[in-house]
Amino acid sequence: MSTLEIRDLHVSIETDQGVKPILRGVDLTINSGETHAIMGPNGSGKSTLAYTIAGHPRYTVDSGTITLDGENVLEMSIDERARAGLFLAMQYPVEIPGVTVSNFLRTAKTALDGEAPPLRSWIKELKGSMEALRMDSSFAERNVNEGFSGGEKKRHEIVQLELLKPKIAVLDETDSGLDVDALKIVSEGVNRVKENTGLGVLLITHYTRILRYIQPDFVHVFVDGRVAEEGGPELAERLENEGYDRYLSGSTVG
Amino acid sequence: MTSAPSAAPEAAPLQHAHGPGSPVPVQTRSERFASAQHADFPEVTGRELEWRLTPVASIRDLIDGPLDGSPFPAEVSPAAGVTVEWVGRDDARIGSAGLAEERAAANAWSSSERALVVTLTGEEAITVTVDRTAPDSTPRAAHTIITAKPNARGTVIIDHRGPARLTENVEIIAEQGSDLTVVSLQEWDDEAVHLSSHFGRVERDARLKHVVVSLGGAVVRVNPSVALAGEGADGQLLGLYFADAGQHLEQRVYVHHIAPHTVSRVSYKGALNGEGARTVWVGDVLIGREATGTDSYEENRNLVLSDGTRADSIPNLEIETGEIAGAGHASATGRFDDEHLFYLRARGIDEQEARRLVVLGFLLEIVQRIGNEALEARLLALLEDELAAVEVV
Repeated sequence: MSTLEIRDLHVSIETDQGVKPILRGVDLTINSGETHAIMGPNGSGKSTLAYTIAGHPRYTVDSGTITLDGENVLEMSIDERARAGLFLAMQYPVEIPGVTVSNFLRTAKTALDGEAPPLRSWIKELKGSMEALRMDSSFAERNVNEGFSGGEKKRHEIVQLELLKPKIAVLDETDSGLDVDALKIVSEGVNRVKENTGLGVLLITHYTRILRYIQPDFVHVFVDGRVAEEGGPELAERLENEGYDRYLSGSTVG
Repeated sequence: MTSAPSAAPEAAPLQHAHGPGSPVPVQTRSERFASAQHADFPEVTGRELEWRLTPVASIRDLIDGPLDGSPFPAEVSPAAGVTVEWVGRDDARIGSAGLAEERAAANAWSSSERALVVTLTGEEAITVTVDRTAPDSTPRAAHTIITAKPNARGTVIIDHRGPARLTENVEIIAEQGSDLTVVSLQEWDDEAVHLSSHFGRVERDARLKHVVVSLGGAVVRVNPSVALAGEGADGQLLGLYFADAGQHLEQRVYVHHIAPHTVSRVSYKGALNGEGARTVWVGDVLIGREATGTDSYEENRNLVLSDGTRADSIPNLEIETGEIAGAGHASATGRFDDEHLFYLRARGIDEQEARRLVVLGFLLEIVQRIGNEALEARLLALLEDELAAVEVV
């Protein structure tokens, strides 16, 4: 049982116009086995939250805490956070020239476990996961994300989720740009990992569409850098019908 | 990393790609003076366009001095479908693919007593390795001719080791319908100096893959020029280099599209690490008046691993016909891409290992395009050795 706790988190970024506050006091608690959907309009700070949890250097934490099972996440380096059990499925996974998927995944697995995985079972596991996510086995020998379609990049993120077995995963707009078939495959993958490992999920999305396939336990509406409303799955239905307009009156967020 | 890809300039007949104020003199690349005679070239001052980025003082003996022109040691593994011979200077094949365009190459041309001729004749793909180990640091000259006969296929790997001081010319002819890969691998000792001009000619429907890998040596300057002379000719020019402290690695690449429907891809990648690590890449592409339907792209990318390095990267494109399929170039020199590192580290890979993976991947991208598994494995091992010696920060 793991718990990711975010308390009164304030985060800013440097821009050409100076320091810009993005998150203005976020509180969230995610336990193993729970799925939390973070929904909100563009520019509300959803992705900032995702990257701050993962430790991206662009974001400065001004105050507040993030802990994983009581350990101070903000004091950990990017790779220490991953080794502690955090995972970020990226919205725009980068292409890495010359590094094959199989080499990358084996290196990551070795780093997480502290020893190389036994070759035979590892290859079986890799093949099985790729098959389940409908990725041809030839992808293993291609360079990381190079020439992958948008959908293939997202499915590759979920392959990593399945193989690396984190405690808590942040899925940053994993649904964006996916057609309905790819959305189903990706959702099935997330559900399978949850079932097998008791993963806790922080699902960041702009749309309610993915919530038809990944059932959230909690829904948090993000507006202007903080949680504006919280509820159960019924809140997502309400957003589907009403949109974000009622949170945005008088605001300039686009 | 900054990147400056650019599309083909608005091409018009006889339009020159360099604008006013360009440091490049108004002279088409193909009209450079060429001669087999050392004396035909003026003294080198080091200010010439050709030499201004080269440490001329440390290669004076090769530019001006007397050279040992006896055969440079070469061991070639015998194989079916390849002939190897030493021929005299009167052999008709000498000069069939090109002629020296600067004084050090001309010195080699007029000093070498015999030429090593490697000829591929078989249609079954074979790999031939030419082991060249310099016995000492005597200034030497050499001349080599590599030919793929019509429809022949194969790879010739020229492997260089030892403390050489060598200036040489290499002629490469891919005859009609052949598929030839030539790899020049510089694994020289630390103090070695190597000046090498390669002249390639690719005939109708033939394919030449030319690869320069420079890892060892104090001053290494390998300048491949390739003429796509026959219709449908295809030239792929690949290069990778890793300059350590005090090392000068230079490559001046020239592709001349002469015939219609020719294709060229030039891709050179390098890493620089340590005080005084120095690389030069000049990429000239000339699309001639008859070369309609040309498809050309050249790029050079440098990864800077430490302070105190310098990488020059100069693409030049000249287009003499408007009817081309495409022509572009890109040049980028920079430090690590933070997003690459973030992605790898977000999967638990520590910073040092992530950097190692990124550098290796950056260079392996060229290795993967060579298409020879045994050589790829060997180059991977060599690059890992290079990286093991580097505190990548």
